Amino acid sequence: MLDVIRRVLVLRAGWFLLAIALVLPLVDGFLPREYQFAGLMRPIFILAILGLGLNVVTGYTGLLNLGLAAFMAIGAYSYGILTCDIYPFQLGFWTALTLTIGIGALAGIVLGLPTIRLRGDYLAIVTLGFGEMMQDSLKNLESITQGTQGINPLPSPTLFGYQFSTEIWVPWYYLLLALLAAVVLFSRNLEHSRVGRSWIAIREDEIAATCMGVNPVKVKLLAFSVGAALAAMSGALWASYLGSTGEPSNYDFQISIIALCMVIIGGMGNISGVLLGAVVMIGFNSIILVKLTTILAQKGLIDTQNVLTVPSNWKYMIFGFALILTMRFKPEGLLPSRQVQAELHEMQEDARARKKNCAK
Amino acid sequence: MTNTEVLLQQLIIGLSNGMIIALIALGYTMVYGIVELINFAHGDLFMLGSFLALTIVGMLGLDQVPEPALISWGFVPLLIAVPLFCGILNWGVDRLAYRPLRNAPRLAPLVSAIGVSFVFVNIGLFWGGLRMDVFNDGVAAASPKDFPWIVASGNLLGEASNIIVTWNEVFVFGITLPLMIALTLAVKFTRIGKAMRAVAQNPTAAQLMGIDVDRVIGATFLIGGALAGAASVVYSSYNHTIYFQMGFRVGMDAFTAAVLGGIGSLPGALLGGLVIGIIRAMSDQYIATEWTNVVVFAILIIVLTFRPSGLLGAPAREKV
Repeated sequence: MLDVIRRVLVLRAGWFLLAIALVLPLVDGFLPREYQFAGLMRPIFILAILGLGLNVVTGYTGLLNLGLAAFMAIGAYSYGILTCDIYPFQLGFWTALTLTIGIGALAGIVLGLPTIRLRGDYLAIVTLGFGEMMQDSLKNLESITQGTQGINPLPSPTLFGYQFSTEIWVPWYYLLLALLAAVVLFSRNLEHSRVGRSWIAIREDEIAATCMGVNPVKVKLLAFSVGAALAAMSGALWASYLGSTGEPSNYDFQISIIALCMVIIGGMGNISGVLLGAVVMIGFNSIILVKLTTILAQKGLIDTQNVLTVPSNWKYMIFGFALILTMRFKPEGLLPSRQVQAELHEMQEDARARKKNCAK
Repeated sequence: MTNTEVLLQQLIIGLSNGMIIALIALGYTMVYGIVELINFAHGDLFMLGSFLALTIVGMLGLDQVPEPALISWGFVPLLIAVPLFCGILNWGVDRLAYRPLRNAPRLAPLVSAIGVSFVFVNIGLFWGGLRMDVFNDGVAAASPKDFPWIVASGNLLGEASNIIVTWNEVFVFGITLPLMIALTLAVKFTRIGKAMRAVAQNPTAAQLMGIDVDRVIGATFLIGGALAGAASVVYSSYNHTIYFQMGFRVGMDAFTAAVLGGIGSLPGALLGGLVIGIIRAMSDQYIATEWTNVVVFAILIIVLTFRPSGLLGAPAREKV
């Protein structure tokens, strides 16, 4: 019985999550006010798109990108510049979103072209450096980006003549959910296409894949670009959801790490895994910590003079241990893709066999 | 101040900071040379070292005494305790977090190191909330902390001179240079140094020759951590401000230095550190302070992209 439930969860996790997400706003209305959380789910949907972007780069292709926040920032600021009324463009939500995705894809190629040939850990550091450069540049180029103020106010989206507003969150919820579903569908089709298979082949064994006629540079570049485009999309949605790009330091290393945690803890290369990772990570970061802070504050347990009593101060510690423990005990993540799991276990078995032989 | 004097002054500051960066870079380069791991937590280890240094300064009451004539006697316990703490901590982290992952895919220990770095940053945040005078009684834990002068600040070139050289600069070179020389000699001539070079060249062959590879790797983490600890004492007493997120920034500088010099190469780390130190100082003076980090990261990206073996490193061939 447990096994059946487990298999349903693993194989149909996507549908399962979708069903829960669809009815959540209805159920949420019955909860007491301070426990309502469905409105807080929206960051999960937006950042899940970021996680799916990283999943293409890291999960499928096996390239570690630690600078995804930079592409999210590019998305947010492009969207801001294209829509805000202090700039000449003043486009609508859908045009701006489409253009932003294109700009993100282009930015991915521009960064990827010179760097994609680098070895894995060097690529990780280059992308990390790019992320930090982007953040500082956005802060310093005040004449274009408004510096630390961020670009605001940004107009709300419209759909078939309906104007979204910041006060009513339910339409936002379904809009973001629909966009996330579209990205999931896109990702899934991509995974099973020719391109997706060559990504996975590159991850498994680059030399073998090259011998089979896969052009590694082209294929990796494409992964980089798709990842960047999805990150830019999530940036644009983030900016339109907040009504402002926020300050450049919102797109810092921490965002890249949260995306990495989603992919790694959830399960590399598996869409349901990444979605679960997003629910766990962002749910923890922007729902549980926020609610815990309010509840503890009501009970008078928070002393702002004492760092230990503020829940959000424990964030780094918890993320850090989550990464360390996952790598140590369940490197394939909570909902692994079958291939990654098989590969990792093969490796462990090899190591064990080697140890045994040595002992003899 | 004439233009030459400005240039000279920046050169002095750049070289001093460069020596400190080089000392941290050695930790990156040694670990990378042996286990091919970018020890992401190294910068944050350095940060914890400086927090321990400030705690000891507070316990000894060094912040209460007026500025010393030459060097406060307090730097002796600092230079013993902090490197010891950082070395053992680094060794322990390797033992618990990285060693079980030696046979895992290469990105696994890197991700683990990122996790360790986050845990360290969080410990630094809590440490800043310690109820001690030097930590402002634990109020505003996240804000930068002042590190008192434990070295005389009088100008050695006389009060009339525009260029300022203090015992501080002398102290920086007096600590960092002997440490680097000692390390170079140790790697060249001692038994463990020989073992380190052997493991760096080929771990399997080294193991077959009877070298305990895990012990050698442990020793590398211990030494690298101790150097970061020494660097944190020198850094805090030279720059006078420490904060819990500085590990990332300083660590990136040091890593850039290690890569620029050629990762795995000890003289490369020194050269890279000095170059980065000088570039930072020049960029602060002649470009703008807020663009300095962008300049350093641009250098990192350019070097990695066009000459990944660095200035002094041998071009590495990818093993198949």
